[in-house]
Amino acid sequence: MHVEETPLPGIGIRKDIVTGGGRRIGIVSQRDGHTELIISRRDDPDACLASIPLTSDEAATLGNLLGSPQLIAQLREDHRDLPGVNTRQFLVNPGSPFDGHKLGDTRMRTKSGVSLVAVMRAGQVQPSPTPDFTLKGGDLLVAVGTADGLDIAAEILQHG
Amino acid sequence: MTHSTVTLIELGAVFFGLGFLGRLAGRIGLSPIPLYLLGGLFFGNGGFVELGGLTEFSEIASEIGVILLLLMLGLEYSAKELVTGMRQSWMAGILDIVLNFSPGAFVALMLGWGPVGALVMGGITYISSSGIIAKVLTDLGRLGNRETPVILSLLVFEDLAMAVYLPILTTVLAGVSFAGGLQAVGISLLVVTIVLVVALRYGKALSTVIDSEDQEVFLLTLFGAALLVAGIAAAMQVSAAVGAFLVGIAISGTTAQNASRVLEPLRDLFAAMFFVVFGLNTDPASIPPVLDWALVLVVATTVTKIATGWWAARRQGIGRPGRARTGAALVARGEFSIVIAGLALASGAVDPELAALATTYVLLMAVLGPIITRFAEQLLKPRRVRPVPPAANRNTHSG
Repeated sequence: MHVEETPLPGIGIRKDIVTGGGRRIGIVSQRDGHTELIISRRDDPDACLASIPLTSDEAATLGNLLGSPQLIAQLREDHRDLPGVNTRQFLVNPGSPFDGHKLGDTRMRTKSGVSLVAVMRAGQVQPSPTPDFTLKGGDLLVAVGTADGLDIAAEILQHG
Repeated sequence: MTHSTVTLIELGAVFFGLGFLGRLAGRIGLSPIPLYLLGGLFFGNGGFVELGGLTEFSEIASEIGVILLLLMLGLEYSAKELVTGMRQSWMAGILDIVLNFSPGAFVALMLGWGPVGALVMGGITYISSSGIIAKVLTDLGRLGNRETPVILSLLVFEDLAMAVYLPILTTVLAGVSFAGGLQAVGISLLVVTIVLVVALRYGKALSTVIDSEDQEVFLLTLFGAALLVAGIAAAMQVSAAVGAFLVGIAISGTTAQNASRVLEPLRDLFAAMFFVVFGLNTDPASIPPVLDWALVLVVATTVTKIATGWWAARRQGIGRPGRARTGAALVARGEFSIVIAGLALASGAVDPELAALATTYVLLMAVLGPIITRFAEQLLKPRRVRPVPPAANRNTHSG
């Protein structure tokens, strides 16, 4: 995939891709750390339909949402021959009981039998996180387990 | 009351008033520069209230204002951005100079202000306001647009042109002969080139000298270095403003970003003072006689800037609406036009009427520019003819 990087002197840098449908979509990273999501207009590809300011948390979460379906789909594919094994993703909300806590503190494996196979943060995948991995709001957890176990895991993450 | 008491009260009143004007400008979505100028016109020379206690402080404060404006301009762009910007846009940049310098120079000659007046007025009508333009583009959410890099690289080119123009202006204003002027051009080109090369090669080392973890130490070193270089440059007849600009270019990377952050409040304070002082020294009664010429310049240079932007954007393969946006965005003139006029008036080598013309021109352009930028596309729409795809194709058309 070709990412076009255009310097914006005095402001920052624009990085965008052209989708199959011909729309330009990307981000403007400003020097002062602000990030904006940009989407080109349909009738005027030079202009932007929207230019949405994102905080770093929001940008990271969006990146995870966009990146994780592929990961989940692949894991599902891998587990297809094992009936009863499910893959699901959980979002750690900013301000959730485990925001800023170590993964081990959730005691998820002990309580639900569910394994966390990966954590997605800021579009990066952290495979097989260890119990001392510190969770952050916006992280997307990819979990593998039984349907019941996954329900329990969701409950733990939400209410502690 | 002692002299300093009067100064304190007047200064306080002026800054308080400026704060109010700034708030008003924000409310109606305007750049504060025209309001600061109006504030200055209202008081001072020929205005409603004479502010006698301010002269000593305001003179040096407005000079520091110019130095900080140029220093921040230099900090805004890294040497690398300047070089690539110049490479990409030199043809459009030269068209920009030809189209937008000429109207000002022509009007100055018509008014009998001679070649020196022409050099000054040409500069005033040439230089767009990068401050106003960057803010308008951000506010309108146009940073992601394809034409925005075209606009920005033209601004970069203009800033480099300033670095060559200001030393020439300073020498000419000082009344040096034509040969002396040529020598100034040679020296300034050489100095700008050396600084660019040094900043590209050794920018990090230079930045380390200035940089400090301690905000206070950093601010003092930076401000001191800028004033020192500006002063030395002025002593060498190269123009203090250019000295500060070159300091800004030489500082790079994160140091430059930190520098912009710590200097911004100082720049706002002293630049506001500079605009007010410029307004203070302009007699409002001198505006009506030059109003017709100001309007001629407004119309002419709006058209020439739009033409420049249109041409530059078309070369980059931007569509018609984008070309209109590019041209319209470049229309705003502001702080640097006033800097040029201020330098000219301080030297006493030009007709005082020039101040009135420059003030009126910038007042109108700083207001008109953002408005035109906002509505450029709507103005173009009735003329835009686009082939409508057949209805059957519409569903599959996904462009």
